[in-house]
Amino acid sequence: MRILRALVTIAVLLAVWQGVVSLTGVPRYILPGPMAVADALHRQAPLLIQHGSTTLIEILLGLALGVALGGISALTLASFRTARRWLMPVLVVSQAIPVFALAPLLVLWLGYGMASKVAMATLVIFFPITTALFDGLRRTERGWLDLARTMGASRRSVLWHIRLPAALPAFGSGLRVAAAVAPIGAVIGEWVGSSAGLGYLMLHANARMQIDLMFAALAVLGVFAVALYAAVDALLRWALPWQPDTHPADEKD
Amino acid sequence: MNAPVRPESLHTPVSVTVTGARLTYGGTELFSDLTLRIEPGVTTCLLGSSGVGKTTLLRMVAGLAEPEPPTVVATDDDAPLRGRIAYMAQQDLLLPWLSVLDNVLLGARLRHERRSPNLTARARALLEQVGLAEREKDRPATLSGGQRQRVAIARTLMEDKPLVLMDEPFSALDALTRLRLQELAATVLAGRTVLMVTHDPLEALRLGHRIHVMTGRPATIGPALEPPALPPRAVDDPALLALQAELLRRLAG
Repeated sequence: MRILRALVTIAVLLAVWQGVVSLTGVPRYILPGPMAVADALHRQAPLLIQHGSTTLIEILLGLALGVALGGISALTLASFRTARRWLMPVLVVSQAIPVFALAPLLVLWLGYGMASKVAMATLVIFFPITTALFDGLRRTERGWLDLARTMGASRRSVLWHIRLPAALPAFGSGLRVAAAVAPIGAVIGEWVGSSAGLGYLMLHANARMQIDLMFAALAVLGVFAVALYAAVDALLRWALPWQPDTHPADEKD
Repeated sequence: MNAPVRPESLHTPVSVTVTGARLTYGGTELFSDLTLRIEPGVTTCLLGSSGVGKTTLLRMVAGLAEPEPPTVVATDDDAPLRGRIAYMAQQDLLLPWLSVLDNVLLGARLRHERRSPNLTARARALLEQVGLAEREKDRPATLSGGQRQRVAIARTLMEDKPLVLMDEPFSALDALTRLRLQELAATVLAGRTVLMVTHDPLEALRLGHRIHVMTGRPATIGPALEPPALPPRAVDDPALLALQAELLRRLAG
């Protein structure tokens, strides 16, 4: 039923789009209709697959690295007071710098290849993961900690058996955000300077007035983003079956 | 609910004496120079209205709150209490990601003890004793409030410690469930040294061998009231109701 509803929504939006294009008669190089975009998707499939796979690898590598580094830094912050005292201010200040402004610098340092885009995606993902997990680790129910203490648990045991599992739902929300911003990081990196990827393809298509190709690339990127989000969501549901479900999409009405 | 499961090694019941207990909070003295004796092998109830400091006193005994000088918590065998208490709070404190059985076995998990068949068998027997033998694989979220607190009782008994500390263990339950659980608790805790903090005179009268009333600011602890007959005492016992009136008078103090 949910899928059917989503399909109807998409169909209506496409119809409106086509209607706007037909009624106003905007030239194709300003706004191509959905049919033109579908045609471009079909015709330029090999090109889109080639550049899409580059972007996809960047996104996935960035996600893996960002989650790993964010997780490690959150655990470090939660475990060591000294780390909290010295690193928290650095972390907060570093987030005041717009990460996207660093993109040219990353390209300068890491080159036009994939490394600079992976670094960009990693940077974008790192902070939501760190704050979400760290917050979760700090907000452990006090009663559980008391109970563990009376049971003679070591600090490591409490972290491993109580604080970390208790923080997983918070980490999950961080991961959902990370999945949503990962494609942004990769594409921004590609815009600043690259020789492959969907961002690169979009810039070039734009410059050559191939707006239908640009929209096609955008559509592929959108599919990536939705698929990534759905995959993360499914993973979290599978990993946290004990968590009460508060997902808005499941609202019973 | 079958005959009580005797622990493998029945400890010699420990007795505890708290002397010179003192607690200041925000410049106000909540109590000072309090004395409380927890007799071996019986249930001592500390009855008082909320905010009187009885929970903090219990937490001092539990080692969860730093005793304010000159508070001294001494045992009759002069060994420290650390590692010799089992703690049960108002909330069940079940970990939502563990099954009922794993929650009962939490202490062993936190201390990295090997999960021997013996240990599991004892946990199962305890679950049977609290009437939840069928639910060992279920998650806590699927249980009712009363059932969850039963699991908490099983977990407390699983710890098999010389001193059991209970902080208003049944106050979050509805009246009928509370009465049933008091009966269960009295049966399974027979022969153990127990300190139970409560604000409910009826609960104290049903479960306590010795009842102390803690009132006033700064609070004082009255002499022990020792009701006749053994717990669990019947709710409709006229003698008990008369004593309840007496306790309410002392509480209003």
